[in-house]
Amino acid sequence: MELTIIKYNAGNIQSVLYALERIGVSAEVTDDMERIKKADKVIFPGVGEASSAMRYLQERKLDKLICGLTQPVLGICLGMQLMCRYSEENNTNCLGIFDEEVKLFQASEPGFKIPQIGWNTIYDLRTPLFKDVPEHSYCYFVHSYYASLGEHTIGTTNYIQPYSSALQKGNFYGVQFHPEKSATVGEQILKNFLDI
Amino acid sequence: MLTKRIIPCLDIKDGRTVKGTNFVDLRDAGDPVELGARYAKEGADELVFLDITATNEKRKTLSELVNRIAHHINIPFTVGGGISSVEDVQVLLQNGADKISVNTSAFKRPELISELSREFGSQCVVLAIDTKKEEDGNWYVYLNGGRVRTPMLCTDWARQGVDLGAGEILLTSMNHDGTKQGFALDITRTLSSILPVPVIASGGGGKMEHFKDVFEQAGADAALAASIFHFKEISIPDLKKYLGENGITVRT
Repeated sequence: MELTIIKYNAGNIQSVLYALERIGVSAEVTDDMERIKKADKVIFPGVGEASSAMRYLQERKLDKLICGLTQPVLGICLGMQLMCRYSEENNTNCLGIFDEEVKLFQASEPGFKIPQIGWNTIYDLRTPLFKDVPEHSYCYFVHSYYASLGEHTIGTTNYIQPYSSALQKGNFYGVQFHPEKSATVGEQILKNFLDI
Repeated sequence: MLTKRIIPCLDIKDGRTVKGTNFVDLRDAGDPVELGARYAKEGADELVFLDITATNEKRKTLSELVNRIAHHINIPFTVGGGISSVEDVQVLLQNGADKISVNTSAFKRPELISELSREFGSQCVVLAIDTKKEEDGNWYVYLNGGRVRTPMLCTDWARQGVDLGAGEILLTSMNHDGTKQGFALDITRTLSSILPVPVIASGGGGKMEHFKDVFEQAGADAALAASIFHFKEISIPDLKKYLGENGITVRT
């Protein structure tokens, strides 16, 4: 199986590669359009800022490429947010694969820090991405913006309010948390993606 | 619900874990990767690796170590010690570190914090502050591992650091560090309430109830400790169980 990780101007790409190695899978980090197109599975990771990431993708025509992929694609963190329609982070129009909007957390009461950093639970889990992952499993999150709940929600998390911690539409999957840093739960989710 | 985090800290010298109190009587405690992996397996939420050699000639050793850690550990980890430039951080992140912590170098040149947060995002910039309460009742910032006093108030520096882009504060009370008499509840509570970012409390954790107190009474988002975990005085599973039974949300 050929697995590619999309290389762009976002951080954390190495961590995804190492996590895959830990579960015995090798992957190629590349921005070569042909290599991405012909891969069996594609991971679209990222930690960073939405508008500069979108600009980078557009300049290299990676935006159209990603939207046109037909094999299973997994967006992680910023990758997932970029797959949504729009992000409040610097008013960015994103890829529009998922209809959901990405908004900035608003601390409604004291005690909520932004960004959310740490371990939180995921629930109302659907699709084979969460096979053998118990409801209310803990995953590791680092983010200030969140995707609202919507028709593509396949996993929910509560922070200030319930929001989409996972989305899916057709062959596209996205997770807000970092499976590559979420201990054995994260490893199970990565394995599940590879089995889709 | 977002959990409170338990963070073991490993001091690294020449690529090995060292154990000791207050940087004296250092003893070799083995391979940091093995110890870190054990903590991760036992349920640690994150790890901090603090390089106390931090001389230029050893920097390569550190990046190689970080690379090995990243290959073997499936939870987030922070690397600190002697970081003073964007280039230093680039190397550590490329080798798989999730966050870096800065201390003295950031105090001497505060723009370092904004440079790092602009380049890599606030989420990976931890500002470590060593602080001491003096006779006038105020908490002051200390540098160089606690050897150099500054006239800066801890609260002022923490606020400035967050304004510049620090995404978390790692707060060590020198009055409490090594005492095992509990964390500094007052300054931790002050920072937790005035800052919009998470605060990691460090220094003084000796009993399980100290962790409960710092979460419950001081609003800390995470608590860090070293020797009590290394010397197996408290096991992470026991600590998590105790906290959970006392109504504190932890990952189990």
